[in-house]
Amino acid sequence: MAQDRDRAYEFEQLAMPLFGPLYNLAQWLTQDRSEAEDLVQETYAKALKGFDSFQPGTNFRAWMYRILRNTFLTSRTGLQATKTVALDDEDDPQSVSPATTETPESILLARADHDVIQAALQQLPVAYREIILLCDVEEMSYREIAEALSIPMGTVMSRLARARKAMRQLLAEKMQGALK
Amino acid sequence: MTCETWQQRIDEYLDAELPEAEARELDAHLRACTSCSTQALTRSELKRSIHLAGKRFAPDPEFRKRIQNSISPKAWAPRRWAWIVEFGALCAAVLLLIFGSLVWIRQSQRQQLVGELTDLHVATLASSNRVDVVSTDRHTVKPWFQGKVPFTFNVPELQGSPFELLGGKVTYLDQNPGAELLFSVRKHVLSVFIFKDSPELDRALGSGELMHRLSFNMESWTDGGLRYVIITDAGRSDIDDLHARFVQAEQ
Repeated sequence: MAQDRDRAYEFEQLAMPLFGPLYNLAQWLTQDRSEAEDLVQETYAKALKGFDSFQPGTNFRAWMYRILRNTFLTSRTGLQATKTVALDDEDDPQSVSPATTETPESILLARADHDVIQAALQQLPVAYREIILLCDVEEMSYREIAEALSIPMGTVMSRLARARKAMRQLLAEKMQGALK
Repeated sequence: MTCETWQQRIDEYLDAELPEAEARELDAHLRACTSCSTQALTRSELKRSIHLAGKRFAPDPEFRKRIQNSISPKAWAPRRWAWIVEFGALCAAVLLLIFGSLVWIRQSQRQQLVGELTDLHVATLASSNRVDVVSTDRHTVKPWFQGKVPFTFNVPELQGSPFELLGGKVTYLDQNPGAELLFSVRKHVLSVFIFKDSPELDRALGSGELMHRLSFNMESWTDGGLRYVIITDAGRSDIDDLHARFVQAEQ
């Protein structure tokens, strides 16, 4: 019993600092406060229950995000959000066309404010939104992202490149629309 | 490397994922190339803006408290008590089972002994030679047992009582020798068995209780290390009377 209690304390110490960021990601994924709360609650319950399977010394943050994400993907909202997204050729970084003619876009992007960025993020497909959030908001390394999303490193790089390109295009469209 | 190739690596560079040597090379290229440095600057700005804009949703403090309580080991206390209660209930069930088994074993031992004694009494009644020493005189019957059973006992004085001594014989219970005395009261016959007392007999027969089997009445008691059992079809008052006379004889 004492050992269980120690493990529970350890879990609390590790998991509670991630509460805010996990909730933020949950609401970005579900786009609904109550669903986000359910998702976070289920994530913590599953993580506590499965904490024995977590190996000390490995990345706890990535482990928690993976549970959150898997829980989301099996939820009704998650299934709906992912079934419409096709991620073709994402293991091939060469398929991502370079943004060579983005100079006017750069100017537009420089003017994009907080609200426009949030609106664009919201519009992105879930797979793109989550990888941008993990990289730019949570500042995870590619390795951590690979662990959290259960995908190879190469896929992290190609998907991130596609996601950023889609984000830039969305932002440019929004800014152009605003200028008209 | 061409600008096109470099621009594919700008994201890795800004994410601090580009190997050090390549990062230094790109660094040098950016200082020299306006197009690539504009790209890098724009993406860096965008990355910073996303970093700020992405931190959009904060959990409700009440919700945080709820989760904290649900995972806190402090909240485990009731579960620990529940575990103790469950364990206690299990122990109680096991003890009850053991106790029940002991009672059942004792009960079945008692039934077995009472059955054997009843059989001995019935066998005596059915025999054409009910006793081996035929005498109404207690001073004849008692000495007859000398050397035949590993103990001695007193036969009560029956003068002026409704009882009559018919005689006695050696009998065996669980391979232990004992005395069986036969008495009559009116038309009823009573067997009085006397054995050395043992813990098994004590556990099975107890003391002073009236038992019934196949309509026979039975009473058992101990006195001076001997176990006495009266078995008969006569009533309780006769059994109590004879019991009292045996107790008196031993004093």
